[in-house]
Amino acid sequence: MSTDTHAAHAGDHHHEDGHAHGTFSTYMLGFVLSVVLTAIPFWLVMSGALPSKQITALVIMAFAVVQIVVHMVYFLHMNTTSENGWTMMALIFTIVMVVIALSGSLWVMSHLNSNMMPMHEMTGMK
Amino acid sequence: MSPDFLKLIFGRLTIESLPLHEPIVVGTFAVVATGGLVMLAGLTYLRLWGYLWREWFTSVDHKRIGIMYMILGIVMLLRGFADALMMRLQQALAFGGSEGYLNAHHYDQIFTAHGVIMIFFVAMPLVTGLMNYVVPLQIGARDVSFPFLNNFSFWMTVGGAVLVMASLFIGEFARTGWLAYPPLSNIGYSPDVGVDYYIWGLQVAGVGTTLSGINLICTIVKLRCPGMTMMKMPVFTWTSLCTNVLIVASFPVLTVVLALLTLDRYVGTNFFTNDFGGSPMMYVNLIWIWGHPEVYILVLPAFGIFSEVTSTFSGKRLFGYTSMVYATVVITILSYLVWLHHFFTMGSGASVNSFFGITTMIISIPTGAKMFNWLFTMYRGRIRYELPMLWTIAFMLTFVLGGMTGVLLAVPPADFVLHNSLFLIAHFHNVIIGGVVFGAFAGINYWFPKAFGFKLDPFWGKLSFWFWVTGFYLAFMPLYVLGLMGVTRRLRVFDDPSLQIWFIIAGIGAFLVFLGILSMLMQFAVSFLKREQLKDVTGDPWDARTLEWATSSPPPDYNFAFTPVVHDNDAWWDMKRRGYQRPLTGFKPIHMPSSTGTGIILAGLATAMGFGLIWYIWWLAALSFAGLLVVGIGHTFNYHRDFDIPADDVIRAEDARTKLLAGAK
Repeated sequence: MSTDTHAAHAGDHHHEDGHAHGTFSTYMLGFVLSVVLTAIPFWLVMSGALPSKQITALVIMAFAVVQIVVHMVYFLHMNTTSENGWTMMALIFTIVMVVIALSGSLWVMSHLNSNMMPMHEMTGMK
Repeated sequence: MSPDFLKLIFGRLTIESLPLHEPIVVGTFAVVATGGLVMLAGLTYLRLWGYLWREWFTSVDHKRIGIMYMILGIVMLLRGFADALMMRLQQALAFGGSEGYLNAHHYDQIFTAHGVIMIFFVAMPLVTGLMNYVVPLQIGARDVSFPFLNNFSFWMTVGGAVLVMASLFIGEFARTGWLAYPPLSNIGYSPDVGVDYYIWGLQVAGVGTTLSGINLICTIVKLRCPGMTMMKMPVFTWTSLCTNVLIVASFPVLTVVLALLTLDRYVGTNFFTNDFGGSPMMYVNLIWIWGHPEVYILVLPAFGIFSEVTSTFSGKRLFGYTSMVYATVVITILSYLVWLHHFFTMGSGASVNSFFGITTMIISIPTGAKMFNWLFTMYRGRIRYELPMLWTIAFMLTFVLGGMTGVLLAVPPADFVLHNSLFLIAHFHNVIIGGVVFGAFAGINYWFPKAFGFKLDPFWGKLSFWFWVTGFYLAFMPLYVLGLMGVTRRLRVFDDPSLQIWFIIAGIGAFLVFLGILSMLMQFAVSFLKREQLKDVTGDPWDARTLEWATSSPPPDYNFAFTPVVHDNDAWWDMKRRGYQRPLTGFKPIHMPSSTGTGIILAGLATAMGFGLIWYIWWLAALSFAGLLVVGIGHTFNYHRDFDIPADDVIRAEDARTKLLAGAK
């Protein structure tokens, strides 16, 4: 409804935005990549190929990040040009906010006992 | 009837839930009920219901919705301010063994309600209302991006306000302070409905706020008229954009925090409990990740208003437009990096506290840059001391003072002394009243003639201005003194008789503010009666600079018969200087969105659901939730979404304006 309403001035706009659309092959590539990126972590856990659980977890996290990028590029068509760069800008802003909130919270919460009196009975608890 | 059956129907709601034992509340109820009945009867007698429903409640016109937001804000201001007066009176009386006139149970609800109402249901609606009204006009658009969503957002805000108001007469409100920190707000310490009213009131209103944020971002990014690049947008539009970005990025945090608290209270999870691994401090951390951006959400649009007002009434282009924009953007980002300064005393060590202390102090740099920009705009300008300009000058003096005490509080060691004291209370009222409230009043006085076609009466306006400003200083300067002496906030009774005189002065100040509010209501009434004398036919009563003044006052439904084309920052000023001629022919039909009642129905259902959840009336909650789904899905089958204003109507409206303009010359 809204876009129709404003068709009159959308037409004269200075930018040629338009949404990016994928082709069959890019969707297919995205699909294969995400399957592979899902299969490898499963295999890592089920076979126990890596020596420690901690390393396995870290590797899985890394795969998850790559997976996010694959989804955004191939399925959400994130690139630097669509919508005049606004989607990329919004994405960067979102990432900055999330990183600030998460890392800040972790830092703050890990620090909260700095000025507290020592509580020995708490040391055993995690 | 068996108690089980009653419980099934009414949940926790019993006859004892009504505060019949509180004479003050019963008295208030009598007054409110009588007033409400008189108003309902009046509307019925004047047969205004149909008109209100068709032209206002179901309207998707951003101008109507903006005005409704303003009315909501002013009505809630009366409630919030009544709470303030009651607190001032209590604190002025409760000395020398006197308990004052409010019991602890009631007093705690009052200071909580005051904070919640003033922030969520006064400041937010006033700011959102002004943005809603002005932004589409300033960027030469015909409406916001999603007109129906706009109507829905407004009614959700009303729904939240209704829940909070209902708590006054049905049950009680939270007694936790305005941010409802656990463990006090958890079920163990607050088993009553108060915190549930708080949660659901804010959740319902929060949906509206978030959606309206998305809507306005979209509007500003996508609907600017040709030629209006980002760096040619009016400063108010810029600050609105940044504010709405802040809303969209921060309100989800509030939603999630409140949802987690809800789970703690309703299903026994332990996110914020003291035991079983819960951490109340996590609540404090998260809610301030929302809470600090929130204060910038409120004040950035006010900065925009002051920018428009200063350059209009100084007759000059705004000094340092680019630096103003960058200052706004920098404030937007920095507002996410300071939240810990609200809880320096919670236990963090020196590195965390000094990081957040320094980031907080850094915010004063872009803010200071703005202040100098306004001063330089005024420098060598031909300043006209009309009402909006008076409020702006009062803002500049007051806000600088509040900013200074803010920087003082940003020093962690100083904060350890002043934390939770009345000094803090004085500080944030200093910046919120001096910034947001004065800004809203400057905006109301500035844009009123645009919205209604006549100016506001200057005599009552000035009276209101002087009452407010002197009242503010009398009310809050004593609080700085008391805070420095170590008096903490939210106290109900006092032992030290030497403090009383300060509270009495503060009480007198609050009374002056009360006279200021009355004068403002009087100003509206007198202006309405004198509307023929105060009439503005030009559409540009202040000789202003931005696009909203290019159209008539009030603007036609479609805002602009032809989409304007912009070549300069101060688009309308530029058009006037280059001898712009209004087009008189060639009008075409204009495509507009249709009104719909879906927004008000959905919000009504959401409010009913909130009420059901608050009182554990599960059938009501389930039924209204189902209703929400049905109505929401049903609306997708509504194909009567838009219509064309026929060219004849446009010609008629534009010809009428041509005649008016010819008469004015």
